[in-house]
Amino acid sequence: MTGIGIALSKGRILRETGPLLARVGLRPKEDPETSRKLIFATEHPGVRLIVLRAADTPTYVQYGAADLGIAGKDVLHEHGGAGLYQPLDLGIARCRMMVAVRKGFEYEGAVRRGARLRIATKYVRTTREHFAAKGVHVDLIHLYGSMELAPVLGLADAIVDLVASGRTLTANGLVSVEEIMPVSARLIVNQAALKTKRAQLQPLIDAFAEAALR
Amino acid sequence: MRTWLLPEYIEDMLPEEAARIERLRRAILDLFECWGYQLLMPPLLEYVDSLLTGTGHDLDLRTFKLVDQLSGRMMGVRADITPQVARIDAHLLNRQGVTRLCYAGSVLHTRPAVPDATREPLQIGAEVYGHAGVESDLEVQRLLCRALEIAGVKGARIDIGHVAVFRGIVRAAGVGAELESELFEALQRKDVPAVKELTRGLERGAREALRALPELYGGPEVLSLAAKRLPRLKEVGAALHTLKALWRVCAIPASFDLAELRGYHYHSGVVFDVYCDGVAGAVARGGRYDEVGKAFGRPRPATGFSIDLRKLAGSAARPGPRAAILAPVQARRNAGDAGLARAIEKLRAAGEIVIEELPGHETHRAELGCTRRLARKGGVWKVEKLRK
Repeated sequence: MTGIGIALSKGRILRETGPLLARVGLRPKEDPETSRKLIFATEHPGVRLIVLRAADTPTYVQYGAADLGIAGKDVLHEHGGAGLYQPLDLGIARCRMMVAVRKGFEYEGAVRRGARLRIATKYVRTTREHFAAKGVHVDLIHLYGSMELAPVLGLADAIVDLVASGRTLTANGLVSVEEIMPVSARLIVNQAALKTKRAQLQPLIDAFAEAALR
Repeated sequence: MRTWLLPEYIEDMLPEEAARIERLRRAILDLFECWGYQLLMPPLLEYVDSLLTGTGHDLDLRTFKLVDQLSGRMMGVRADITPQVARIDAHLLNRQGVTRLCYAGSVLHTRPAVPDATREPLQIGAEVYGHAGVESDLEVQRLLCRALEIAGVKGARIDIGHVAVFRGIVRAAGVGAELESELFEALQRKDVPAVKELTRGLERGAREALRALPELYGGPEVLSLAAKRLPRLKEVGAALHTLKALWRVCAIPASFDLAELRGYHYHSGVVFDVYCDGVAGAVARGGRYDEVGKAFGRPRPATGFSIDLRKLAGSAARPGPRAAILAPVQARRNAGDAGLARAIEKLRAAGEIVIEELPGHETHRAELGCTRRLARKGGVWKVEKLRK
């Protein structure tokens, strides 16, 4: 396909991307939130938007199926970032990657004792790296959603997940005990595309940089 | 049973592609020979001690390893031919002056180097040893451009960087090894927020220079911009001077990227990637690696490039398949028609493909791809059009 493709992450990031796209001049011709389509033309004739599951966004850009993308730092860290440039923090979809446990679970004590922890998470790589850096033994349980259930039902001692307001944690009797990293959405660029299509990509990257500053 | 399945990212090269690749390989090796580059054929595998000397961690991870049953030592299958050529220059040839060497062969990678890449790339490359100046960088770049021209690729362009820019800045700032490696990672990703974070504690000059690097890419204007934004260090100035010299003579469109540090662990100067229409990722890569010889006990300046032959063939001009001539089989050598044998030989000597039709397969004739046939007309063997 000719032209430029921008991969967007479904869900929270997509909702917060709307105003940013408007400022950059890439308003979609249809509302991606309500349409069942996956590819959208924009007011810019050479640019189309591709709406993907958040975890797939880096992969599409890495393989060059999209030239640019907007992906959360959480997903990027998990993906590893090979073949991608990530020049811009767009400052949207801000949250934190946290370790959370059941209220009353003595996390600090367990870590100090050198206990082996069972951790449920969607972010296996990030979790493994975080606990390896701390020198804590962990067994990972890979889940795809509703992480909060795991400590409640005794499946895991702790979870690693994104926390925005913390209300879901509280509602399930969990507390966050440690921050792994702050998370926000990044603009990502296919490395080869930046070298071969710079004339088309650079104005878009500059426009995103400008729009993110405001 | 799926016994005929190949491992992931390993593939057969079927006749059409194999012919195209082989034609390119021969044409490029002939070109190298004309420029005075001598062909080497290093072994497929050697002890990891020599294979991985001075090459860095990435190549180590990319190398298939096995234990030698004769010596009990660990051997590796080459993942890159350049270090082998450097070893040969340092230890076997022992020349004092300039040595020009070239090679062509397969390498193996434990994992694809980039997504979708084969694990068995076919490399063809040329290296110059013993000259440290920009003239040898220019020579290899001209040679590379000529090879691309011979292949008939479309839209070739080169992206050039210089590792001494980053190295000069971090050395002048006295940055420790750990921070240097984190900065390197962040620059490879052009991760501006991370570079900002990592440089927070550095003094102003180094901080601003490092923060400028991920933005210093683009056309030749980058070089004058860099001269303004980067500190006046000797290494940086010399690097920019070299890049400008390369840009002036480059036969294909050039762009620059001062944060491109590919092979930082063994490159020491210019690094470049060549891209062409029709293939994703770089078709050729190269650069200067003056330090590698030191690992072999004999420091020698070195510069060169290697082309990924399969990718090149993917982007190269595609001449159609050569039309063959069908000939009757020469069954009875002595009793048969000596004129037929002579006619076939003459055609083959002239470069034609002549296929003798073995008895019993007349009905499968179309598979042979012949467009003409050798037929006897009035006692003389002549080539005529083959009717379907």
